[in-house]
Amino acid sequence: MNWQLYLVLGTPLLGGILLALWGHRTWAAGLNIAMSIATFIAAAALTAHIISEGPLITANEQFFVDSLNVFLVALTAFVSMTTSLFSRPYMRIEHAHGKLSDNRLRLFHSMYQLFVFTMLLVLLTNNLGILWVALEAATLTTVLLVSLYRTPASLEAAWKYFILCGVGIAQALFGTILLYSASERVLGSGGGALLWTRLEAVAGSLEPTVMSLAFVFLLVGYGTKVGLVPLHNWLPDAHAEGPTPVSAVLSGLLLNVALYALLRCKVLVDGALRAPFASHLMMGFGLLSVVVAAFFLSRQKDIKRMFAYSSVEHMGLITFAFGMGGPIANFAGLLHMTVHSLTKSAIFFAVGHAAQKAGTQIMDDIRGLMKVSPTVGWGLMLGSVAILGLPPFGVFASEFLILTSAMRQQPWATPFLLIALGVAFAAVFSKVQPMVFGETTAKSLPHPPALIPVFAHLAIVLALGFYIPPYLVDWYREAAKLIG
Amino acid sequence: MHLPLTSQIINLFAAMLLLLSFAMLTQRRILSLINLFALQGLTLTLSTLVVAWSSGQHHLYYSAALTFALKVLILPWVLHRLIRKLNVKWDVETLINIPTTMLVGIVLVILAFNVALPIAQVAGTITKSTLGIALACVLLAFLTMITRSKAVPQVIGFLAMENGLFFAATSATYGMPMVVEFGIALDVMVGMVILGVFFFQIRERFESLDIRHLEKLKEE
Amino acid sequence: MISWPGLIAQLTELVLAVLLAPILLGWVNQCRAWLQNKSGPGILQPYRTLRKLFAKEAVLAHNASPLFRATPYVLFACMCLAAAIVPTLGTDLPFSPAADAIALVGIFALARVFISLAAMDIGTAFGSLGARREMMVGFLAEPALLMVLFTASLISHSTSLATIVERLAHMDFVIYPSLAFAGVAFTMVSLAENARIPVDNPSTHLELTMIHEAMVLEYSGRHLALIEWSAALKLFVYSCIGIALFFPFGIAEGGDALGLLLALPALAAKLAVGGLALAVIEMLSAKMRIFRAPEFLGTAFLLAVLAMLIHFLLES
Repeated sequence: MNWQLYLVLGTPLLGGILLALWGHRTWAAGLNIAMSIATFIAAAALTAHIISEGPLITANEQFFVDSLNVFLVALTAFVSMTTSLFSRPYMRIEHAHGKLSDNRLRLFHSMYQLFVFTMLLVLLTNNLGILWVALEAATLTTVLLVSLYRTPASLEAAWKYFILCGVGIAQALFGTILLYSASERVLGSGGGALLWTRLEAVAGSLEPTVMSLAFVFLLVGYGTKVGLVPLHNWLPDAHAEGPTPVSAVLSGLLLNVALYALLRCKVLVDGALRAPFASHLMMGFGLLSVVVAAFFLSRQKDIKRMFAYSSVEHMGLITFAFGMGGPIANFAGLLHMTVHSLTKSAIFFAVGHAAQKAGTQIMDDIRGLMKVSPTVGWGLMLGSVAILGLPPFGVFASEFLILTSAMRQQPWATPFLLIALGVAFAAVFSKVQPMVFGETTAKSLPHPPALIPVFAHLAIVLALGFYIPPYLVDWYREAAKLIG
Repeated sequence: MHLPLTSQIINLFAAMLLLLSFAMLTQRRILSLINLFALQGLTLTLSTLVVAWSSGQHHLYYSAALTFALKVLILPWVLHRLIRKLNVKWDVETLINIPTTMLVGIVLVILAFNVALPIAQVAGTITKSTLGIALACVLLAFLTMITRSKAVPQVIGFLAMENGLFFAATSATYGMPMVVEFGIALDVMVGMVILGVFFFQIRERFESLDIRHLEKLKEE
Repeated sequence: MISWPGLIAQLTELVLAVLLAPILLGWVNQCRAWLQNKSGPGILQPYRTLRKLFAKEAVLAHNASPLFRATPYVLFACMCLAAAIVPTLGTDLPFSPAADAIALVGIFALARVFISLAAMDIGTAFGSLGARREMMVGFLAEPALLMVLFTASLISHSTSLATIVERLAHMDFVIYPSLAFAGVAFTMVSLAENARIPVDNPSTHLELTMIHEAMVLEYSGRHLALIEWSAALKLFVYSCIGIALFFPFGIAEGGDALGLLLALPALAAKLAVGGLALAVIEMLSAKMRIFRAPEFLGTAFLLAVLAMLIHFLLES
């Protein structure tokens, strides 16, 4: 009986239920923040427990925590906490602008907590079937959030999101079924055959043809949720049309969680096939995502869509890194997951307030933010600079590591990566610069914006660029070893 | 040389399932589409029962009961009510004409059979040859989804895809563990609820449930 | 060497088919009348029609070509040949090596080509209309029919109808889903080919809705009699193909005289049931619009292809 684990899972679930009842009250946002802080404290306690005592299997082997997922749990809890801090003033402004009613706020708050619950469940479960169920539930909780504004565009975005992710995840279900059929022959039927820990132990004796076919379906299925090209169509729309806190958690957290699911399956397939089949597939999709996203990025006119494509690009880069494998590439991938999550959510926070100030999301119409609100302007500027990989921010470190390992292990891919990163750099920088500096069209907001989360995230990313604390290094190294 | 009687019965149900998937693909009227979906659920239940009886896996009885309750009773009832409240009784327009759809469907079936062949040789159940049919049903449901231009038939295609996946689970592996099946059933139920809410939102905004209204967001 | 019992069986079958085909047509029409609560013209009505037509003078348009005059005879000969190949009473047919299932389809195609050409021969509008529609129906029905026959021959490993019947009649009771699908497809194809509802109404007098009837508008007298007789024979042959493929019990093996004798009532019973079923189908359906006919036949083709695919996947 591990109380930290149950607290980590139970708090957001409780929060979801409470906010379903009282989410429209004025103190609902405060309750949201309180539950998120509680979740984060529980996650921190869990992390400390794991670091001191090693991996943990509990509750009849249904939950499994090792260094790979505990770091993601901590990250998820942290970002959801800061996002809830951000969403309080942001939603207040939206409410004041008349875009949201009380009932919709209630929906938002309760679904937000339930979403965090499902993500944590994906990360902590040992059962691959439950993992699928939780990931599908995560999609379901966010569908209604994307269409929160009820505009035609948001309805379309939510519909596309539901259908595309639903179809994708059905493929992942087929992959899970195939995986189960392979494992049943070795581990016997019953719930035990889907437990990841047991599967990892017997990976060598799983049937290779079935496993490779299963991985293809799992890659297509979970890859849709990661946003890999060509399955990424839902991503720009969902990010652009949903409210900003939702974009932040989608980009910052859900993509990571889906990639985690993919990684667990990759470990099994590598064990079964002993051939780089899974790695090649991941590298291919990752590289394709980076290149395609960079080019689409340069054509965007809506600021959120542009940064959504940036998410696709970065997730492609991470997938590529994990595809390469090896201690350095895996380390770089994990580091990039962390810094991307923090930076992207910070950017979305700043973008959200920028859009609120300017009244529009079209980049050509947002100008001169620095004049009206220096904090928003600087937040956006620094965030963009960070995500583009400029030193001394942390993203530079991880991108540098990925590129150097690429040059060593897969030299043919390096020119593509460099060109794509260069194109993205030019596009984003040239678009953000006039938005921040110059004459302004922005007006002031009815409530002060929340920018502590933005700068908190950016500060962490900056710190990670300079100095990664040794316990973090060990943590990442251990997780990297687990991925193989 | 000949398979035992239970395998033949399961093969017969598999063939009927494939036939129903094709019938859903070419069906014009939405009420018949829902009834075909219910019939598909019934066929699934019966085949699960036969597999349960002949293989001795008792959790499949519960699984069959769950399928019956969800896919023959609850979901069709929800869909019928939704149709009545949304007041939609149109004939479904298809995006490509029906003979072409049928030909594409046949190509998909051949594809599915080819993909499933190596797995069928490895699977250890009595019904391994039906994995190809299960995959074919999934692909046909997918084709149903993309050739429709109205929201409700797209959703029915989605649910039919889940039917195909369930059949794949029973034919390849004697069904998933119960806890996973409950989870999947829960997901489907919640999904339906969300979709119901969603339909009302779409209808409220667009005055119709034609998906073509939802195609404005394109790449600039 | 020709076996004498076989030759006698063959000739008997042929004569029986030619003489008794109109009864099948009469039976179907009578059942339809009964189902519609009418008293009907009696089973022997087609014979009376034929007698009347043979007594009349054949009138020809002055621009009719020799093809026009030859077609009724060609048609009749094709149908007789088809009746000779299909095992109705017994499977020991000296003619059976001459043509297998695929050639059978070719014979029907030959008949269709001749009647279509004859319809266009005079140059009237309705003739061409009928010919075009007939060709469209045939274009879609032929692949479906071929697929059905392929499925049956895959199960029995031969394309000769006699061998198919022998093997299918003697297999252990196995559920073959592919045969079930093929059966449904075959029913749909025979409805289309024999100009029954829901594809075509055989008793319509509205030319714009006709398919088969439009082609024979110019014929009269003995020519028309032969064409009507061929139509009855075609229905008989299709029914016998259906019985041979899907209900082959009771057909005698070889030239066994007793078996042949017993096969006759069996055949009569099966044909009676089949005729009743046809009447029920006709009564329960409405004639489709011409534009829906491709969908109908496409569905038949689809079912036939499915039958073959299922055979490959599940039964081999």
